[in-house]
Amino acid sequence: MGQDLWKFILSELKPKGKLLTPFNIISAPIILLGLVLIVLRFAKGLGATTNLSQEFPWGIWIGFDVVTGVAFAAGAYIVTFMVYVLRMEKYHSIVRATVLNGFLAYVFYAGALTLDLGRPWHIINPIIGNSFGVSSVLFLVAWHFLLYMMAQFIEFSPAVAEWLGLRKLRKILGSLTVGAVVFGICLSMLHQSGLGALFLLAPAKIHPLWYTEYIPVLFIVSSVFAGMSIVIIEGTISHKVFRHQISAEHHAKHMDIMVGLSRLAAAALFVYFFMKVLVLIHGMHWHELLTPMGYVYLYEMLGFVVLPFVIFVLGAKNRNRKLLLSAAIITAVGIIFNRLNVSVIAFKWYAPVHYIPSWIEIVITLAVVFGEIWAFRWVANRMPVFMESPQWVKHLDSELGHPVPEGDLANIGSKAAGMQAVKIKK
Amino acid sequence: MRKNGMKTTRRKFLQLTGVAAGASMLLGPKNAFGVVVTKDRSQQYAMLHDTTRCIGCQACERACCEKNELPAPGEKPDINLERNTGPVNLTTVNAKATGGKGIIFSKSQCMHCDQPACVSACLVNAMYKTDEGPVIWDEDKCMGCRYCMIACPFDVPKFEYGSINPRIRKCIMCYDRIQDGKIPACAEACPQEAILFGRRGDLLDIARKRIYDQPSVYVRHIYGENEVGGTNMLYLASVPFEQLGFRTDLGTTPYPEYTKTFLYSVPLALLLAPAFMLGLRQATKGKNDKD
Repeated sequence: MGQDLWKFILSELKPKGKLLTPFNIISAPIILLGLVLIVLRFAKGLGATTNLSQEFPWGIWIGFDVVTGVAFAAGAYIVTFMVYVLRMEKYHSIVRATVLNGFLAYVFYAGALTLDLGRPWHIINPIIGNSFGVSSVLFLVAWHFLLYMMAQFIEFSPAVAEWLGLRKLRKILGSLTVGAVVFGICLSMLHQSGLGALFLLAPAKIHPLWYTEYIPVLFIVSSVFAGMSIVIIEGTISHKVFRHQISAEHHAKHMDIMVGLSRLAAAALFVYFFMKVLVLIHGMHWHELLTPMGYVYLYEMLGFVVLPFVIFVLGAKNRNRKLLLSAAIITAVGIIFNRLNVSVIAFKWYAPVHYIPSWIEIVITLAVVFGEIWAFRWVANRMPVFMESPQWVKHLDSELGHPVPEGDLANIGSKAAGMQAVKIKK
Repeated sequence: MRKNGMKTTRRKFLQLTGVAAGASMLLGPKNAFGVVVTKDRSQQYAMLHDTTRCIGCQACERACCEKNELPAPGEKPDINLERNTGPVNLTTVNAKATGGKGIIFSKSQCMHCDQPACVSACLVNAMYKTDEGPVIWDEDKCMGCRYCMIACPFDVPKFEYGSINPRIRKCIMCYDRIQDGKIPACAEACPQEAILFGRRGDLLDIARKRIYDQPSVYVRHIYGENEVGGTNMLYLASVPFEQLGFRTDLGTTPYPEYTKTFLYSVPLALLLAPAFMLGLRQATKGKNDKD
């Protein structure tokens, strides 16, 4: 059995599907170049490869990779909350893809943090306990990252066990899901807000239109529509790319799911807009609105909060896939814009020379994003993410009392499940 | 059987909620994290820089570079030049043209805040406020995240971007010299006695006396007395401090206060949110759900 498993893993390492797709042709060279540049960054130091300076210690590796990347990963905690806490079974079919996407986003985007650290060989210091900086928000964020990655892995691990055909392990891992989900949601909310709370320590450096004591709350609320927009974008693309893996029944439900998520995103956008207006009025900074930074602020609020809200509402009402997708894309771009505003653009807006990322920083960032997509595709092509779980899992779950979507028990014939079943008989 | 199972979960849920609520009552936000004790700071080491006495000779800069084995300063203070501190110059003297009082020189370096933003930012305690007053940095702990640089309201910590083993560099008030019974190199080198080293309480007395004795010379403001909750670096000047390029918009709130509310909410959230969510899961349970 052990040898079979090993052979199976080796055979799975090989690429599946066409190699020369447009996406691969664009992304592969960027990933390769990115890897070379990462070596260069460690060989030459941060000064030679980035445009970071004494004035601007944090650039896009923090502002985009970490702060935005984590917001984009928020879909996992929201969807698991809906499915496991509120028991909205409608969304069960997207849990695995969303959790996988969240987990990989953390591994890649937050993992890119190590590139930004000047002394990465000390990265385990806050974990091993010789130096607990408990008064630091960053300390909490670091711990929450670590624990949440574990929680997400536990949430996804049943899919790994199903892929490898390990029944006993699958049974154990499946029973851990609810605990990991509840724990994971708490961690998520705390570090989504924690990433915003990091900037509370820079009251004199961040433009008053963005600096508010409510940054943590704004970060949580905006993480809801950030996560939803990515789930909608990822869901729409996956729906096409992995079409052959998705059962007919899930195809039919797909539009319902997208509409539901869009409504949630629209609600979150509305709450967010309302809070931003309250903060603006409360902070009495409206006279700043007619300055250059004020225009940036208005552009962000009207173009990336109000506009996608309207499109989401229209798209959900008319069940128009294109409208929903465009609203999701605008929202996602808006989240990038907002997070970069707080961490980079409105940071030291008064400085005569402002930070602009170097081409190396941009290429490495793109390589990280593409790397995450490659990893996602690799897993989705092998493990039951979109495809049905093997038949034995359904019996296992019905024994455990986990809800099994109607019709699944009858629907055995999917190609993937068949493949798994053959392998298990060995 | 099933009824029984339900009972246990409900009891479990109530227990959890009880524990969470009880713990939050017992711990309370004040005990959840270390409270900043209002201690007597008057005995801490501090420095007083009287800018009315400074002649911009850079003796302090040269002494600092020598002590820290750094290259001697190249450029001279100039009203058209902004001389920031950096990884190879931990203190700099700047010249500012003012209206009534001509050119005024002032020295910048770490302010050694009483409740430093950099220390509360540091997730590994590499930045550290000593009991004696100076804020120091520990090479063996720092991971180079540069959050201290983001947090510092005076932009003091500097990073060796050119190095592959980069350090955070900043003035440590010659903490090593102090421990040997000596005074900081800059204070020792100053020919004008424009930099006084001593106990913070004594230096505040001296500063107040100078203002009281010569009200026409000094503005009635000791920079650092209350800024960001008080610093161990104190300044006197003959013009309002914003004319010398000092930030006077920082307020008197110690920086750790800005993140305190968030940090306090963390243990509460970790206790109450799971109980709330498990409760919701029970509340939404349907007929066919077993757990």
